[in-house]
Amino acid sequence: MHELGIVFHVMDTLDDVAKDNGLTQIQSVTLEIGEVSTVVGDYLIDCWQWAAKKRPLFENSKLLVQTLEAVTHCDGCGKDYGTVAHGRICPYCGSEKTWLIKGNELNIKEISAI
Amino acid sequence: MEKVKILEIKQSVFANNDAQAAALREELKSKGIYLLNLMSSPGSGKTTTLTQLIGTLKDELQIGVMEADIDSDVDAKTIAATGVKAIQLHTGGMCHLDAAMTRQGLEGLDPGELDLVILENVGNLVCPAEFDTGASSNCMILSVPEGHDKPLKYPLMFQVCDTVIINKMDVQPYFDFDLDKCTEYIHMRNPKARIFPISAKTGEGVDALAAWLKAEVITWKGEN
Ligand SMILES: Nc1nc2c(ncn2[C@@H]2O[C@H](COP(=O)(O)OP(=O)(O)OP(=O)(O)O)[C@@H](O)[C@H]2O)c(=O)[nH]1
Ligand SMILES: [Mg+2]
Ligand SMILES: [Zn+2]
Repeated sequence: MHELGIVFHVMDTLDDVAKDNGLTQIQSVTLEIGEVSTVVGDYLIDCWQWAAKKRPLFENSKLLVQTLEAVTHCDGCGKDYGTVAHGRICPYCGSEKTWLIKGNELNIKEISAI
Repeated sequence: MEKVKILEIKQSVFANNDAQAAALREELKSKGIYLLNLMSSPGSGKTTTLTQLIGTLKDELQIGVMEADIDSDVDAKTIAATGVKAIQLHTGGMCHLDAAMTRQGLEGLDPGELDLVILENVGNLVCPAEFDTGASSNCMILSVPEGHDKPLKYPLMFQVCDTVIINKMDVQPYFDFDLDKCTEYIHMRNPKARIFPISAKTGEGVDALAAWLKAEVITWKGEN
């Protein structure tokens, strides 16, 4: 499953962060997820809870998810618009020559830990 | 009680995998092994196309294949029957391979004297596109029955692939598949993408594909 793989990658990255910073217990992890990143926040949280039980560094930790808006740019008329509302066809001029400016992110923003 | 610290990480979830993939790519380059990452929807013809390519190239290149099905070894057996080295990778239920799994798979294949390793990735157009495997190049197969608008629906997959094989051209008369439109949509996502229309069933177009792949491998080895 997609979300589980992502959870493992986040935990592997944070293992290194913990080592470098002498952290022993991660309490919460905040992820930023673009609206069109193809990742489902709720599944991610389920997977997190399952995986966290198996790794002492993450025991009882919480995953927090923040959504980032997706924006598409139109080469036809030069305007930007909300991707989720309008998709790939520009609502201003009807052009299909459009591309995603942002909304695909999948970032580890911050953690709290001791 | 110890004080809780807040640490800013500000790093893409994929950054670690990207770094591992870059390291693997360097290593393969120095060993003169070309790794082709082949992706597609289920059933678009990866195994059939591979069988054709192997038939055309196996006297000229030492080839190995890694099959990454979620839970079967049918494809690995089909490939092994062509006489090249083939192994089955287990993704443990995961929908994609990452760089670490690819490295493990390569160790299992023992690619010492190989020129070309082809990875048949998990059949899926979303997840494999997000994880760099460390391959020398990414290639995807789109088959005629899937429709010419796939590049619009799965933009990331088409963005990361430099080569698109359009398979099952033999059945084009029965579908409203428009090759010109498809080409236009693919180039919207990646202006440099090379496109090879083929039929893995009849063999049509396979020679051009094989010639391209052979040239890629030779260039890759020659740049050492
Ligand atoms: N008509 C036609 N059928 C094809 C062609 N290539 C493959 N097929 C058929 O399509 C089906 C799937 O082909 P495979 O090569 O197994 O596809 P795959 O992508 O490896 O499938 P998975 O590994 O299950 O994702 C088989 O029945 C093939 O015989 C082609 O060029 N034309
Ligand atoms: Mg197959
Ligand atoms: Zn516009």
